[in-house]
Amino acid sequence: MVVLALALAPAGVSTQARPRLAIAAASDLQAVLPEIVGAFERARQASVAVSYGSSGTFFAQIQNGAPFDVFLSADVEYPRQLIAAGLADTSTLQVYATGHLVVWARRDRRLDLARGLASLTDPRVRHVAVANPKYAPYGRAAVAALRSARLYDALQPKLVMGESLAQTAQLVESGNADAGVLSLSLVLGPTLKAEGTYTEIPASLHPPIDQAVVVVKASRAGGLARDFIAYLRQAETIDRFTRFGFTVPRPAAR
Amino acid sequence: MDWQALWLTARLAALVSTILVVISIPLAHWIVFNRRRWTFLVESVVSLPLVLPPTVMGFYLLMATGTRSPLGRLWNEWTGHPLAFTFEGLVVASVFYSLPFAVQPVAAAFAQIDPTLREASATLGASRLRTFLRVVLPLSIEGVVAGLVLSFAHTVGEFGVVLMVGGNLPGVTRTISIAVYDHVQALQYREATLTALFMLAFSFAVLLMVYGLRRRPLAAAPMA
Repeated sequence: MVVLALALAPAGVSTQARPRLAIAAASDLQAVLPEIVGAFERARQASVAVSYGSSGTFFAQIQNGAPFDVFLSADVEYPRQLIAAGLADTSTLQVYATGHLVVWARRDRRLDLARGLASLTDPRVRHVAVANPKYAPYGRAAVAALRSARLYDALQPKLVMGESLAQTAQLVESGNADAGVLSLSLVLGPTLKAEGTYTEIPASLHPPIDQAVVVVKASRAGGLARDFIAYLRQAETIDRFTRFGFTVPRPAAR
Repeated sequence: MDWQALWLTARLAALVSTILVVISIPLAHWIVFNRRRWTFLVESVVSLPLVLPPTVMGFYLLMATGTRSPLGRLWNEWTGHPLAFTFEGLVVASVFYSLPFAVQPVAAAFAQIDPTLREASATLGASRLRTFLRVVLPLSIEGVVAGLVLSFAHTVGEFGVVLMVGGNLPGVTRTISIAVYDHVQALQYREATLTALFMLAFSFAVLLMVYGLRRRPLAAAPMA
């Protein structure tokens, strides 16, 4: 009986006084987004809850009514498909940043990554982690880059798939994979920066990783969501993105 | 330390195991004591969550409770909230997912009862309900407790189903197992370890409490 009473008790004090925003964010934003969100919260006196994960998973969940207000995808396709399905507001679609691929390995592996993707053919590299190309935009780009560099067939047996870019990073950081193809944004974050080295992969090897944001139509925080999208275009936000290795399109470009 | 996630998980597990005790007893009773030939079909359906991978179950439960599904839409009309991505959605999903863990121990306990005891009770004029409450239930309490403990533990440990149906919303559907996963993904190993250790201690405490409160030894008690 006590158990039942406890179980039916309300979830606890929530900050109902402040306007709230729920964001679904691609996991490559894990290092840069907390700063941006913190600044937005202070500027608007709002409370923002961020869930990080794979863009593909969020897409499926939003299709089934997941209560996110803003979707920061790692590509443009998923937001476009949401718009096509009538689930997102086309007027709010914008590319907020373009990401870059890197090869990353732990420092203590003493691998020479100077040759970029080609370094992965080193026999000491037994497992290479990439995000799952089936649904993770960075994974798709990684495989495209490998194919352009004509290294895919040689490296394919070594590939280990992460469910999201964050999980991919974790696979390499924990030593389970010897090296991985990650995003520049993640490797510039404090943990990965301290523990490993990276080499950028030339952007010419893969289609651009344009990342788009969109407001979900079912959102009840419409005004605040649009404010957030506008905030992404502010100079200080663009600065933060740039510091974490993103290329930000100039405001005129859509 | 994710106190919100811990509280959420405790509430979820408590509610789900309580609901399952209530559901599993009549269901197990029917499975064990009825004579219909198609009982095995019901048993198979009940045991299905045991063999389905959590991600498969999670995906189908999401389909079944999301805003595009009949159930999801109905729920939305009644309550004004969606079913998936809410605490209530997690309760529904967890009840399905842990059903066999609650039903099987109870059914096993019922099946072990000496049939002559039930027959004797009936011969002495007791109604079926009275026989159940005074003979069957006391003799199978170990099974009910096992079902309760297993449902509780299974709900606490859920991950795939909770992630799919819950959407990892902080304070609403971010259970402790998801919180640990989040920390690991963000390479925050210290937080992950702290949370995991706390969870271990909490679960162990619950188990100690349940098994400790049992007065009788495991071997069957003599008839009163």
